[in-house]
Amino acid sequence: MEQLIAILTEIHDDVDYQSCTTLVDDGVLDSFDIVTLISEISDTFDVTIPPSAIVPENFNSAAALWTLIQELEE
Amino acid sequence: MKKKCIAAVTVSLVTLLVLAALTRLVMPKYMGSETEGALIAEYYDETTDHQVIFIGDCEIYENISPISIWLESGVTSFLRGCPQQTIWQSYYLLEETLNTETPDVVVFNVLSMKYDTPESTGAAEQREAYNRIALDGMRWSASKWNSILASMLDSESMLDYLFPLLRYHSRITELSSDDFTYFWSTDSVSYSGYYMRVDTLPTTEAQVSAKYASQIEPSSYEFGESSWLYLEKMRELCEEKGVTLILMKAPSVSEIWYDEWDTQIADYAAAHGLAYFNFLTMSDETGVDLYNDTYDGGLHLNCTGAEKMGTWFGRYFAELGLEDRRDIEPYATVWAEKTEIYDQAKAAQYAALSE
Amino acid sequence: MSFTSPAFVLFLAVLAVLYFVVPRRAQWPVLLAGSLVFYLFAGVELLGFLVFTIVTVYAAGRILGRWQERQKAWLRENKDAAREDKKAYKAAVQRKSRAVLGLTLALNFGMLFFCKAALLEPLKGYLSGSRVEFLSLGLPMGISFYLFQSMGYLIDVYRGTVPCETNLGRLALFSSYFPQLVQGPISKYSALAQELYKPHRFDAARVHMGIQRILWGYFKKLVIADRIAAAVVTLKGDGYTGAWFFLLTLFYAVQIYGDFTGGIDITLGVSQILGIPLAENFNHPFLSKNIAEYWRRWHISLGEWMKDYIFYPISVSKPMRSLSKSARRTLGDKVGRKLPVYVASFATWFVTGLWHGLEAHYLVWGMMNCVVIVASEELEPLYARFHAKFPSLKQRRLYGAFEIVRMFVLMNLIRASDLFSSVGTYFSRMFSLVTVWNVGELFGGGLLELGLNAGDYVLLALALGVVFAVCRASLRAPVRESLQSASPWLRYSATAALLVAVLLFGVYGQGYDASSFIYNQF
Repeated sequence: MEQLIAILTEIHDDVDYQSCTTLVDDGVLDSFDIVTLISEISDTFDVTIPPSAIVPENFNSAAALWTLIQELEE
Repeated sequence: MKKKCIAAVTVSLVTLLVLAALTRLVMPKYMGSETEGALIAEYYDETTDHQVIFIGDCEIYENISPISIWLESGVTSFLRGCPQQTIWQSYYLLEETLNTETPDVVVFNVLSMKYDTPESTGAAEQREAYNRIALDGMRWSASKWNSILASMLDSESMLDYLFPLLRYHSRITELSSDDFTYFWSTDSVSYSGYYMRVDTLPTTEAQVSAKYASQIEPSSYEFGESSWLYLEKMRELCEEKGVTLILMKAPSVSEIWYDEWDTQIADYAAAHGLAYFNFLTMSDETGVDLYNDTYDGGLHLNCTGAEKMGTWFGRYFAELGLEDRRDIEPYATVWAEKTEIYDQAKAAQYAALSE
Repeated sequence: MSFTSPAFVLFLAVLAVLYFVVPRRAQWPVLLAGSLVFYLFAGVELLGFLVFTIVTVYAAGRILGRWQERQKAWLRENKDAAREDKKAYKAAVQRKSRAVLGLTLALNFGMLFFCKAALLEPLKGYLSGSRVEFLSLGLPMGISFYLFQSMGYLIDVYRGTVPCETNLGRLALFSSYFPQLVQGPISKYSALAQELYKPHRFDAARVHMGIQRILWGYFKKLVIADRIAAAVVTLKGDGYTGAWFFLLTLFYAVQIYGDFTGGIDITLGVSQILGIPLAENFNHPFLSKNIAEYWRRWHISLGEWMKDYIFYPISVSKPMRSLSKSARRTLGDKVGRKLPVYVASFATWFVTGLWHGLEAHYLVWGMMNCVVIVASEELEPLYARFHAKFPSLKQRRLYGAFEIVRMFVLMNLIRASDLFSSVGTYFSRMFSLVTVWNVGELFGGGLLELGLNAGDYVLLALALGVVFAVCRASLRAPVRESLQSASPWLRYSATAALLVAVLLFGVYGQGYDASSFIYNQF
C-alpha cells in the first residue's frame, strides 16, 4: 500500500490519497495519469492490468486500486 | 390531484388561445399590397344570394364588373376567383358555393384547363403561395379539405393548412404595422369579387403576335386528363343542382389561348349542350377594345373593359329571362349601397390617377 | 424521419401509447418493432447494414460466451491441474476468441469504412465503374453510432465484463434502440441493456418531464441552431476573412452546440418518456478550462468509447510497455513514460477523426486536437513555474473566466475545420486572423447581409439568453427536477411557453428551409 501511495504521490503531490474516493470522478487523475500509473504499477508489482479493469470504480481511491492489485496478483 | 388537473386544463386552454392569436397575427393580411389574396374570403360577407356565380382565375375577377350587370339587368352576381386559380380549386369553390346557395347560372372561365397538375403551373414556391391564397380564405368544409388535397405540392402538408402557424411563423421577424391594424378584421378589397383597376396600359397587335411567336409550342395541344375530369365534375354538379353552366374565355389578348384549345372547348360545349363564349372573338358585340381596355398590356381588362363585359352579360342574362331584382327588397337596398361604394372607389382611383 | 418532422412526433405518440398499453413483457418487443420501423423510414435497403451488424455481433457474442462457459467448466473440472496447463488452456481460448472478435470487428468496421469511403466523390466515381450500385445510397443512418455501440458490447463480452446476450431480439433492440440511432449517445451495454428489457410503468410526471426535455431540444435546435445556420453558410463563402472568420467560429460554435446538444436533449427526452434513462452526453462543454476537461464534457459517450476501446488498450498494451521501457533506457525516464500516452493519443484522435468522416479536414481536426493535448502536456512544467510565481492568480475568478474563454475560442477555431472541405482554405482563413484587420467591417451594416435580419439577431440574442440562464441555474440544481417540485401552474406554464416558443420562433417548414441535424452524416 505504501508503495502504491508513493507512486500516486509522484503523479500528484497535492492530493490526500488516504481519504479521496473520487480521484477519477473529480478529474484528479486524467487519462494520462492513469496510463502512467498503470505502467508504474505493472513494473512495481509485476501484474498486468487489462484494459477491462480500467474503470472509474477501480481508480477512484487508493484503496480500490490496492484491492485491484491484490486481485490481480492472485 | 384536483389542483393539478385544474392547472393542466387552464394552462392548455390559455396556450390554445395564445396560439390562435399568434396564428392570426402572423397570417398575411393581404391589405395594401397583394390584395388579391383577400378575394376568396370576401364571399362570406355577402348578405343576399346571387343569381349568377362566376368561377375562375384572374380572367374572371379582373374582367367583369357585377355592378354593371346589376345596372344593366337587375341580376345579382358574384365573382369567385383568385390569382392562378386552378380548375380543381374552381371546382371545390363551386361545390362550396352551391352548398350555400343555388344560383340560376354558373359561368366558368376555361383558361385554367391548360394546367393539369399542381406541378405544371410553374415554380413551386409561386404555386405554394397561390395555393395559400386560394385556400386560406376558404371556410373549413369538406370542399376545402378536398381542395387542399387536390392542390398540394409534394413539399406541402395538410398540417400547414390545418394550423397556419406552422406555415407562417417565419413572418414573426418581419411583421408590419398592417398585421396589427388588421388583426381583428380586414377591409373589403373587391366589389362583389371584382378587383378594380381604372388605369390603362395598352398593347398592340404586333406585341401580341410577338408573344405568341416567342412561345415554345406545347408538345400536345390536348388538355390533360384531370382538367377534363374536373370540368366534367363541374358540369355534373351543375346538372344535379339544376344550374345552367356557361363556359367562357375572357378577352385577354396577351394570355396565350391556342385555336386548338378553343376547338376542344367548343366541341365539349356542343356535345353537352352548353353555351360557350370566346370573348376574344366577340369585340363587336361586347364593345371591348382588346388592345386598349387593359391596364397591363392585354393580360387583364381595366375598369372600362370590365364594365363593357358586365353590360354585355347583363343584356345576356335578361335575354335568358333571369329575374330583374331592381325593385325587389332586400336586393334593391343592398345593391344600391354596393353601387355607391363602387362609384366612390372608381372616382377615387381616377382622382389618384390624375394627380 | 427526422426528429423535427411531424411524422416523428406522430410516430413517438403512437409508439408510446402502444408501449404502455401492451402487457409489460411485450414492452421490449414493441420497442424493437418501433426501432425497426423508425429505421425503415430511412430506406429498406439500409436495413441490411443494421441487420448485418446485429447478426454478426450476436453470433460472435454467442461463440465467445460459449467458449467462456467451457473454459469455466474446464477450470472447475481441472481444479488441480498445473498452473502452466491452466495458463495454456486459457491462452488457447483467448487466441480463438481474439480471432473471432478480430474478424467481427474487421467485417463491421470494414463495412463502415467502405460506406464512408463511398461518400467521397473521387472514390465514388472510381468505384461506380465497378457496378456497386448501393453506393449512391450514401451513409446508412446513424451507422457510426449503432456500430460503435455494438462493437463496444462485443469487446466487453470478449473481456468478460458483460455476459453475452442469448436472445437475438434483445441484442437487436440494444443495437437499434431508435432514440439514439440518429446521433447517439453511444451507450454501454452494462448501462443500457437491462433498462431496455425491464418493464416500465406509465408515469405521468416522468412523461411530462420527457416532453419538456424534447421541447427544450427543439428550442435549441430549431430556434437557435437552424436560425444562425443561414449566417454560417454565408460566412463559409469566399471573401470572409479576418474578423469575419472569427465571427464564423463563434456562430458555428452556437450552431453546433444548439444542434448537437439539442438533438441529444430530444433523444434523452424520448427515452425518458419510455422510462429508459440514457447517460448524459454533454456537461456544459463550454465551461471547460482545458482540453482534457472539454473532452470529458463534450460528446461524453464518444470520448468514453475511444478511451475504453482505443486509448487504454493501446497505451497499456504489451508492445507499448516494452516500447516505453526501451525508450526510458535510451531517451530518458520522462520521454519513456510519455511515449505510450502520446502514441495512444495519436491513434485515438486519428480514429476519432475517421469516425467523423474520411475527408482530410476531419483528420486534420483530429490531429489538431491531438496537438493541443500533447502541447498542453508538454507545457505543463512551464505553467507550473508561471503559477508558482503568481500563486494567487489561480484563485481569481477573472483568471477562471480567461481560461474558459481561451478554451472556447481554441476548441471552436479547431472545430471550424468542419466547415471547409478544403484544408487549405481553412488554414488560409486561420492565417487571415492575424494578417487581415477588418473588425470595422462588422459594424458597417455588414452583419445584416449574412442572411439574418435585425429581428433574427434580437431573437437569437434572447434565445441564447434563455439557454445561458437555464445553464447557469442548472449548475446549482437540475432545472427540470426543481420545476417538478414547483407548483403545477409554473410547471405546466413552462412547458406551454416552450411549446409556443418553438412553434413560433422555430426555423422549420415552408417558410424556411429546415436543415437536417448536422451530426446525421457522422
